[in-house]
Amino acid sequence: MPSRLAWPLGLALAGAALVALPHLLSFSQQEIAVFLLINILLVASYRLLTLTGEWSLGHVVIMGVGGYASALFAKLAGVPVPLAMVLGAGTAAAVAYVLSFPLFRMKGFYFLIGSFAAGEVIRLLWIKFRIFGGPKGLKLIPPFPDLGPIAFFDPTNYYYLCLVVVGASLALLYRIEHSRIGLTFHAVHWRDQLAESVGVDTRSYRTLAFVVASFFAGVSGALLAHYIGTVNPNRFDVAQMVFVLIWVIVGGTATFLGPILGVVTLTIINEIVLRQLGTDELRPLFYGGILIAAMLFLPGGLESLGPKLVGLFGRRRASAPLEPGPPVKSRGYEPS
Amino acid sequence: MLELLLQTGVNAVYAASYMALVAVGLVLIFGVMGVINFAHGELYMLGAYTVVYVYADQHLPFPLAVAAGLIFVGLLGIAMEHALFRPMRANPLGGLIVSIGMLLILQAAIVAGFGVRMEHIPPPHQSAVPLFGLAGVTIPLQRLITIGAAVVLLGGLWLFLKRSRFGRALRACAQDAEAAALQGISLNQTARMAMFIGAALAGVAGALTAPLVRTYPYMGHPVIVTAFIVIIVGGMGSLEGAIVAAILYAFVSTFVTTFWDGVIADIVGLLLMLLVLVVRPHGLFGKPERA
Repeated sequence: MPSRLAWPLGLALAGAALVALPHLLSFSQQEIAVFLLINILLVASYRLLTLTGEWSLGHVVIMGVGGYASALFAKLAGVPVPLAMVLGAGTAAAVAYVLSFPLFRMKGFYFLIGSFAAGEVIRLLWIKFRIFGGPKGLKLIPPFPDLGPIAFFDPTNYYYLCLVVVGASLALLYRIEHSRIGLTFHAVHWRDQLAESVGVDTRSYRTLAFVVASFFAGVSGALLAHYIGTVNPNRFDVAQMVFVLIWVIVGGTATFLGPILGVVTLTIINEIVLRQLGTDELRPLFYGGILIAAMLFLPGGLESLGPKLVGLFGRRRASAPLEPGPPVKSRGYEPS
Repeated sequence: MLELLLQTGVNAVYAASYMALVAVGLVLIFGVMGVINFAHGELYMLGAYTVVYVYADQHLPFPLAVAAGLIFVGLLGIAMEHALFRPMRANPLGGLIVSIGMLLILQAAIVAGFGVRMEHIPPPHQSAVPLFGLAGVTIPLQRLITIGAAVVLLGGLWLFLKRSRFGRALRACAQDAEAAALQGISLNQTARMAMFIGAALAGVAGALTAPLVRTYPYMGHPVIVTAFIVIIVGGMGSLEGAIVAAILYAFVSTFVTTFWDGVIADIVGLLLMLLVLVVRPHGLFGKPERA
């Protein structure tokens, strides 16, 4: 088979499998599939942010901003839900833009801690002010309106809605990464001084990546809010952020598919293996162990297994299955 | 009103004492090893649970339980240094990420051993000491002991760092690890020592305050948030800064909590930290070149 056809064919097969998927699952598994799609968008948007080299600890809170804003637009202002979701995502992007002014004065550890603090402040505002519903959060968020006979409280139908929205968002994120802008993101990460010397304003590219990533995190938050009908501050706390970090790191960040691979693999393990064991409280033990194991023994993440397996079992073809990412020297920054 | 102000001030001094113990340990670890130990709040939690086990369950004397907390958590710190932070030395963000993994494991281990419920610890001392000759101003003996222990431990650490040969080696590593290694200072040995001291201080803070705070498996979270605020405001890598910032933050937080409310106090603390990050990123006492 000519390798030109491999990609479209693979995408078509994957698409067909994704369309068929909910019909192979039980009701509760269909719900998990919905959450999985939402989380895929979350980690893919997180990766766009990491392209410029900054690791935020506020991404899940930004997702929550999208959820809260979309819920409030729909609930208090009576905006139709699809429009409210777009406005919610826009609010997340706007909040990120405002936060970028203090946050991008920092780099490295300081950015990490600064983003954590900014996220905690937003969460505390949700807890403090009654318009956000306090510690119990917002309830009775209007659901996505029915489309003729298609009712979206049914997880299968909401799954298809998410599939369309997440699929379109991923396509956009992929286009952005492979555009001139995306290449500049890479340059800002790996050679920021060189990029500056040829006239790239690294600060504004960092801001752009942060705002765009936050917009798509906001989309994922809005999808979540109108499905489960309630948002509360605990749903977007630092423990959730830790899960995002684990998905991204276990999957790997060098390629577009890495974080998605991470969240899919760990969700399947979580639902199949850990649900059987029936120990909800010991789940962090597994996640902590796998995070440490990934850092110590598989620093490239799951995505690095693909080329390794190809190297072991077949001769390496010119068109490797994974696109060549930037050279992975270390996971973090190189202190300048 | 005067009594309320004085009483709040006394409470703030107590809060400052255990915050300083936790934050100084975190700063020491960061200074020597370049690692932000996200599991530091869980080391504090383990100190408290050592007291739950040794003092509340086994009915051994309280001071013995505190000593056990110091040694146990300190040794755990050495184990973490050896197994986790040493392989990650070349990767600046790696140490932080593995410490997040450690945080999850420690929490789950305590949940498995003790359950998620809040532990009841019988207070070792019931009495309260009146201060300034005013009836409305008192301090519970347990809090007074915590303040005294913090002063003694931090004073001892200061003497150790400034006067002893090993303390000088630690400070040399914090200034420039490569140059220190060239002088024949063992990086592994200093890292082990820094991790033992840092972890043990967190363990002692947890053990001393266990009867005074709500002891449950997730108690480390507010502690690590506070410690981050303190080390950022004080300047990462500056021990003096951590102590001054702990006192400053404890007073701001205690007074805002008393006269306004706790959530506002948390917001004020975090905004204070963001302000310092924006205006003076290396903190009040930090030096810019280590940023």
